[in-house]
Amino acid sequence: MSATVKPFSVPLEAPMGLPMDRVDGHAKVTGEAQYAADFHSADLTYGWVISSPIAHGRIVDIDARAALALPGVLLVLSHLNRPELASYDESYTDADAAEGSPFRPLYNDRILYSGQPVAMVVAKTLEQARMAAAQVHIEYRSEPHQTDLNAQLGQAHKAPAELPKPRGDVSAGLARSSAKVEVEYQTPAEHHNPMEPHASTVVMQPDGGLLIYDKTQGTQNCRTYLEQVFGLEPGSVRVVAHFVGGAFGSGLRPQYQLTLAVMAALKLNRSVRLALTRQQMFTFGYRPPTVQRLTLGSDADGKLQAVKHQAIAQTSRFEDFTEHLVEWSGMLYHCDSVELDYQLVPLDVFTPLDMRAPGATSGVFALECAMDELAYAAGICPLQLRLRNYTERNQNEDKPYSSKALRECYSEGAERFGWARRTPEPRSMRDGHELLGWGVATGVWEAMQQKASARVVLDGEGRLHVSSATTDIGTGTYTVLTQIAAAAMGVDSDAVHVLIGDSSLPTAPLQGGSFTISSVGSAVQQACTALQKQLLEAAQKIEDSPFADVSRDQVVFIDGRLRLKADPTKQLALSEIVRSSGSGQMQAQVDAEPDSKKREPYATASHSAVFVEVRVDEALGIVRVSRVVSAIAAGRVVNPKTARSQILGGVVWGIGMALQEETQMDHDLGRFMNHSFAEYHVPVHADMGEIEVIFVDEQDTIVNALGSKGVGEIGLVGVAAAIANAVYHATGKRIRQLPITLDKLL
Amino acid sequence: MTTTPAADGDELFALHTLRLNINGEQRRIQVHAWTTLLDMLREQLQLTGSKKGCDHGQCGACTVLLDGKRINSCLTLAVMHDGAELTTIEGVADGEALHPLQRAFIKHDAFQCGYCTPGQICSALAMAGENHAHSRADIREQMSGNLCRCGAYNNILDAIEDALPACRGELETSAPALGKRGSAA
Repeated sequence: MSATVKPFSVPLEAPMGLPMDRVDGHAKVTGEAQYAADFHSADLTYGWVISSPIAHGRIVDIDARAALALPGVLLVLSHLNRPELASYDESYTDADAAEGSPFRPLYNDRILYSGQPVAMVVAKTLEQARMAAAQVHIEYRSEPHQTDLNAQLGQAHKAPAELPKPRGDVSAGLARSSAKVEVEYQTPAEHHNPMEPHASTVVMQPDGGLLIYDKTQGTQNCRTYLEQVFGLEPGSVRVVAHFVGGAFGSGLRPQYQLTLAVMAALKLNRSVRLALTRQQMFTFGYRPPTVQRLTLGSDADGKLQAVKHQAIAQTSRFEDFTEHLVEWSGMLYHCDSVELDYQLVPLDVFTPLDMRAPGATSGVFALECAMDELAYAAGICPLQLRLRNYTERNQNEDKPYSSKALRECYSEGAERFGWARRTPEPRSMRDGHELLGWGVATGVWEAMQQKASARVVLDGEGRLHVSSATTDIGTGTYTVLTQIAAAAMGVDSDAVHVLIGDSSLPTAPLQGGSFTISSVGSAVQQACTALQKQLLEAAQKIEDSPFADVSRDQVVFIDGRLRLKADPTKQLALSEIVRSSGSGQMQAQVDAEPDSKKREPYATASHSAVFVEVRVDEALGIVRVSRVVSAIAAGRVVNPKTARSQILGGVVWGIGMALQEETQMDHDLGRFMNHSFAEYHVPVHADMGEIEVIFVDEQDTIVNALGSKGVGEIGLVGVAAAIANAVYHATGKRIRQLPITLDKLL
Repeated sequence: MTTTPAADGDELFALHTLRLNINGEQRRIQVHAWTTLLDMLREQLQLTGSKKGCDHGQCGACTVLLDGKRINSCLTLAVMHDGAELTTIEGVADGEALHPLQRAFIKHDAFQCGYCTPGQICSALAMAGENHAHSRADIREQMSGNLCRCGAYNNILDAIEDALPACRGELETSAPALGKRGSAA
């Protein structure tokens, strides 16, 4: 096994900290896990979306007669016959909305981007809907479009993002630098492409309510959106996502298939399923392409004297999408002179969307490649350069970190990887016909916590039911919440039943940003504490109770029992306490908030050091990532098994980003062209090499009560840079435009 | 196979009656000629364990075993398989007892979101029967038709490697075991 999980110096209370198997594993290996398009209803109908072939213009005419004449066809829905929709932008604004006017599906005749949904056919079977969609004749009037970021850089405007103020004097810093780099890096558009295409099954309820199985990272975000957009009675919509087939950000905003499916269901008063095709998965959000200029200067010892990071990214005409793209360059290393700039170019495209480690993935890629270039310019080992510029403070915020074990990531990662055996000269390492390259990069991500609520219910059988509206997009939420609840309540994990992915459950934030366990986990922990208080009180009321006069600190909750510390023979089963209370169950619900007072004086972040070996076939230019060591500092790890999987996944994403992924636009048509898995390449089994994950010991008493920072994003940040740096080391070629395909190396 | 013409005589909408053995159960199913094997399983039989990830044979999420061989069920029409024997993910376990491969997937955390998992497991089962995978590199190569966007590949590899001897042993002792296990819910 390629995992290094050492015991932490202050371990978590079991079963936290143990590599527990996923509690939803059985459902996932048997096909019992049901995703949005897997739910059935006797009155189910099927939708098929028609997408705009033009990038900008208007719909002149929609002739649906031929389609409607076909057997089984129930409806051709468009802006001409849609149900009434809200008029103001506020109603369309969701929890992850960008600044501007959110896209309104089937709202009017305007075409804002190629691939925009313009109509939807609903029929009794999927095949009928699909066939009829080809018979809907739509006439468009095209207007000129602009989709080329590089051609429109002159049109950039300041991004509506709060950047750290410039500090020091960058010009003076550069003037006294003995080593300098001034380089431009470009990253392309990438699409999330979760394996499960976006889908919604809207099941009409007898009372007219809507039960909606949706692919989403925010059940309540979707519910609120629908209530607002359609003016529906609060309580009439329930959004369920017990299983989500990957998302990586694609489910952060309500996607158009949800709106369209609801429109059709309301119009027909019937249940409707709408699943997007893989091609249509390229017709909404994506990671925006960027053009980034990095200027770095250091003294002869490699100490940074100046950092300048200017980024230009693409957005839509209707929203200004921003992410944390350049901030990292002001915080990852010590430097007293820093200037950051971030601009946007609006184009005739859909709005970009947060995609796994949004901003950091692209921004840290450019920074960490530029640092490698600086190391060569200064004649210093790339790892040494990073250590010489190590910082204990986040200079952007002028605060110390609540914890930062990045130094340990460097040292333990380097040791495992064998970095000391690296010869610095490019093209100096070889194995047969393959050039070997060893590269390193640093990763960083914020450690955030949001407000969240959770409910815990203990029944008379001693089973603990834990619920919150949050989701499990493959991250392990079910399992980790089970462990947190079992530890907090003092019950066996088998006695814990976690129910999530339902808008009717206690309020939870979107599942994103690596803050789910920090937020919802904290709420579960606090709910258990509140329930223990009630249980003790109930135990005290039992006749001849051995707990009559004891306080909370004199008892322990362990093995599903309440026990007197001083005399462990005095104990009561929790189920017994519940039964004696006269009610069938006891419950507690809490709203947890981050401890702002405690957190405020500190910056909080997770870090990583990524070491990569590539093998490059010199004759063919083929790059293989043969070995990766990813050392992670993310606080305490609740489940080393599922956390390791998150990091592995991040590394695989980094391999895809570095070597394969690029959604290519035909600017004449203004359309993404490689909209399939045959042409948009993601890594496959055969692309894998050895990947080792190390969690270094990092104690954090500030970030939250668990001391856990989240691992969904940090595994990706820095990986592509480490690969690009390794490719340079192998070949002597610095490829500054991702992905590094063989044509760029030959 | 029998064919029932549509009321209006349009051949496109004629119904064809198939006899299929699905997960050990003999079924009679009426399909239109244009219905894929995957859509028949998912929409007509509610065997939704087989997933649609691309509908173009590019991702492998819909992999099932057809007469013991792995196949992308989205790329073939149901009407072409009268008399065939099918195993879907719902038929891999023996009742409540998980197949060694399923147990290995859980043990090695060989999935995250779980959406590609039915296809990965069906594909690995058939690969074991093909008997061409003799190394980790072989497994990687021969499983490359099954995409996993969560990036669980190395855990999937560990799981398959772990369960391969059990899969092969089972094939030797009770061939053809695949397609005969359990029955669909």
